[in-house]
Amino acid sequence: MAHAYTPGLKVTEKAIIRKTRRLPIPGEVLVAEGDPVSPDTIVARTKIPGNPQALSIANLLAVEPGDIQWYMVKNEGDRVKKGEVIAEYKAFFGLVRKTVESPVDGTLEMISTVTGQVTLREDPIPIEVTGYIEGTVESVLPREGVVVKTEGAFIQGIFGVGGETTGQIAALASNPDDVLDAKSIGPEHKGKILVGGSLVTAGAIKRAAEVGAVGVVAGGIIDTDLIAYLGHDIGVAITGHEDVPVTVIVTEGFGKMRMADRTFGLLKDLSGMKASINGATQIRAGVMRPEVVVPGYKPKRSLGAQDLSVGLVPGTPVRIIRQPYFGKLAVVVDLPPELQVIETEAKVRILRAKLEDGTVVTIPRANVEIIEE
Amino acid sequence: MANEKPGFQLHGEINSILATDCGSTTTKAILIEKVGDEYRLIVRGEAPTTVEAPFEDVTMGARNAIREVEELTGRKLLNDQGVITPRQKDGSGVDIYMSTSSAGGGLQMMVAGVVKTMTAESATRAALGAGAIVMDVIAVDDGRKPHEKINRIRNLRPDMILLSGGVDGGTITHVAQIAELIAAAEPKPRLGTGFKLPVIYAGNKDARVHVRNVLGEKTDLRVVDNLRPVLEKEVLGPAREEIHNLFMEHVMAQAPGYNKLMQWTPVPIMPTPGAVGLAMQTAAREYDTSVIGVDIGGATTDVFSVFGEYFNRTVSANLGMSYSICNVLLEAGIKNIMRWIPFAIDEADLRNRIRNKMIRPTTIPQTLDELVIEQAISREALRLAFIHHKSLAVGLKGIKIERTIADTFEQTGTGQSYIDMMQLGMLIGSGGVLSHAPRRVQAAMMLLDAFQPEGMTMLAVDSIFMMPQLGILSTIHPKASMQVFDRDCLIKLGTSISPKGPSGGVKPGDPCVTVKIERENGQEEVHQVPFGAIKRIPLGVDEKVKAEVHPSRQFDVGKGNGHTVETDLTGGVVGVLIDCRGRPLSLPENDKERRAKLLEWFKSVDMYPEEALGKYARAS
Repeated sequence: MAHAYTPGLKVTEKAIIRKTRRLPIPGEVLVAEGDPVSPDTIVARTKIPGNPQALSIANLLAVEPGDIQWYMVKNEGDRVKKGEVIAEYKAFFGLVRKTVESPVDGTLEMISTVTGQVTLREDPIPIEVTGYIEGTVESVLPREGVVVKTEGAFIQGIFGVGGETTGQIAALASNPDDVLDAKSIGPEHKGKILVGGSLVTAGAIKRAAEVGAVGVVAGGIIDTDLIAYLGHDIGVAITGHEDVPVTVIVTEGFGKMRMADRTFGLLKDLSGMKASINGATQIRAGVMRPEVVVPGYKPKRSLGAQDLSVGLVPGTPVRIIRQPYFGKLAVVVDLPPELQVIETEAKVRILRAKLEDGTVVTIPRANVEIIEE
Repeated sequence: MANEKPGFQLHGEINSILATDCGSTTTKAILIEKVGDEYRLIVRGEAPTTVEAPFEDVTMGARNAIREVEELTGRKLLNDQGVITPRQKDGSGVDIYMSTSSAGGGLQMMVAGVVKTMTAESATRAALGAGAIVMDVIAVDDGRKPHEKINRIRNLRPDMILLSGGVDGGTITHVAQIAELIAAAEPKPRLGTGFKLPVIYAGNKDARVHVRNVLGEKTDLRVVDNLRPVLEKEVLGPAREEIHNLFMEHVMAQAPGYNKLMQWTPVPIMPTPGAVGLAMQTAAREYDTSVIGVDIGGATTDVFSVFGEYFNRTVSANLGMSYSICNVLLEAGIKNIMRWIPFAIDEADLRNRIRNKMIRPTTIPQTLDELVIEQAISREALRLAFIHHKSLAVGLKGIKIERTIADTFEQTGTGQSYIDMMQLGMLIGSGGVLSHAPRRVQAAMMLLDAFQPEGMTMLAVDSIFMMPQLGILSTIHPKASMQVFDRDCLIKLGTSISPKGPSGGVKPGDPCVTVKIERENGQEEVHQVPFGAIKRIPLGVDEKVKAEVHPSRQFDVGKGNGHTVETDLTGGVVGVLIDCRGRPLSLPENDKERRAKLLEWFKSVDMYPEEALGKYARAS
């Protein structure tokens, strides 16, 4: 793998962004190719079979499983209403009477004389998929969904929690070292996506939720603050389904970490614009990173482009992503081809890079990421 | 338990073999050739796996990995149709090609049975042994209400379900109940939205008609022999075979590019962990010993054991060194990780470091502190995975055992563990943190601390993780597989001597074991190691010495407390480790004492650079 390197996260002021919006099971697509969509446009819809309920009629009526058909008032395929009698046992000319009522509205799906249980199926549950971003339908995936295309700014974070949401960006930090705390957040931030610098505190997230802000983007978060916010620890890196009021995206990692200048500068430029964000993160095959999408952004300035097809070369700007220089930005100076022994005594491929203060340091190639456009 | 035999028979002489393993991130190719009388690894190549977008074709990654083999050997192995077979007169091609795969998340199954500790446990063993990740186990007595079970079945989207329950001729009500729950849930497969979910029924044969009535329409139902025909017997072969068939038909056939890959080879593609299990079984057979093997990856840790006729595999789906590293923190607790670190570290700092490894999984430790931390975490991941394994590698539960008068004083119940650490002959470690440890003794210590073998045990690591390829090769050419396994795959670290005990009040520093060895040149050495210490004796790879191991009264090295064992000791790249730290191993509670003890051990075996250990000692 001659060109092995960590590609890094995308931070770009101008990109073509495509989002596939797919139903979990086949259904109906409600928009056509070329249609404009907004974040809340319903682009596809389907119904999944309702929740089933299993009832042990044999136990409830104290009869043999094989005999329950004699006591059923409703048959397979019948509609039932909540509270309606579905089975009845009578003895002694009706003096002893036991009934079983349906606990739900739905359909009687199956009567089993082997187990003595019946299955009731609640009404189908509608599932809808929205457009998520402002854009146009580029293509329709028949019965499955659509691909929405837009042009604008695109920023990937390193880790997030919480799902898709939309709001106006409000850059609260004035420099990338700033800590976003509760006192910077007020009622005027309702519905907004708040941008901090190096850290978002637990107090700030709590306050953001209280005022009705929808998202927070910052450089870092303290591990225990995240656990406190979620109410549980995270074991594996699959997020996005948490039931939390504010989607939180960190761009650098855990701990207090200065946000990369490029990311911070772009987020400041985007202040006041409407963004779609998603905290969903999955780190495994099929990596998914949290994102900020700002459709329709016309760059005020160019951040400059790099040719990443060549991978790491002298001059490539990188971010160091492991101790002892974790979080520092640098420029590649030299890429010796031969393996070298590092402090751990491991023989690895390294590079030499110049830090912002001019010091040249040696780093395993695996421990840098290219600052990607 | 039966070995799974892919439906392929070898014809003619085989001189060159190409095998790939399409892992979730990397596809690895190895070329094996007959050199003289022996099969040897010639070269290996690797490339990123290409199952995911934007490539969505597994053969691209396989081609790239094989191309690296082509470049290294200067031989043409590929053409437009795939791998060239058999080997041509012009030297191009190989005699046979085969592949394993865990790409796209491997094989993910749900199992169901009537009693959690009986049929459901047998079904779990069948699924794990076939190489699956078991997403959940549904049983009549699992403590969940019917609607909770139904919701669980609905929400998980497994590749297939294995349903068992009841002995042949027994009541059918309970297994029918589970079948009805599955029918009510209308489960959907993970891949291919338009397909029916495969369900294998391996329960009471009298319930087959009812199960067909209930599930025949809604699922792709396959019926095989009951895996517990009678309580006292577990027959996992037919269920495992069907799992493999369905893996090929459904999971592989719907994974991008696999249809093409399947045409490249006459040998059915196997799930990677299933193939590793076969390699472990072959090793146990060939070395004629009990084997425990572990493969610690970024996301999961697999543990295999072969004791006598019993083969078991477990996968701890959420214990790993990158993707799942935070789960190790969650399950082990920060204190258990910190106990292996010989220097003071702020708890919050350590937690943040672990999280940062999770979100940037490809990074490697650059400083020694970071390496020590990573190896501390790995001990806990391995320890937890082994606890999980021991809970499943047990005999059948709930069966009637005939006792004789001699058993009266040993009130052992059913469900006894197959794992006997004193009988363990070989402990094999695999996975980056073990295979790539800068000093081999670090891998040996991680294995000792996590598994705590007793008596005499050979420790080994897999050099470049080629066990999957050797596993599938063992199904058609066991000889070639074993020769490469022994010569090129395993790196023997050496033998550990670990007295079990103490059984009474013994203080650190009291006598524990005396080992007398006679080297090949006739030179005799006596090594006395007190309780609480560990000593490393140099003994090279494949070097053998005669040894007398005398434990003191409170310790056992295989023949009971205080009884001497005469044996041959085999060396390795580490040598012989006399581990008198106690079984179970315990660390001082006091932080300062604990750090001092760790440093003493690390220094004694030369685990880290002396200078660094000195720095840690001064700091604490």
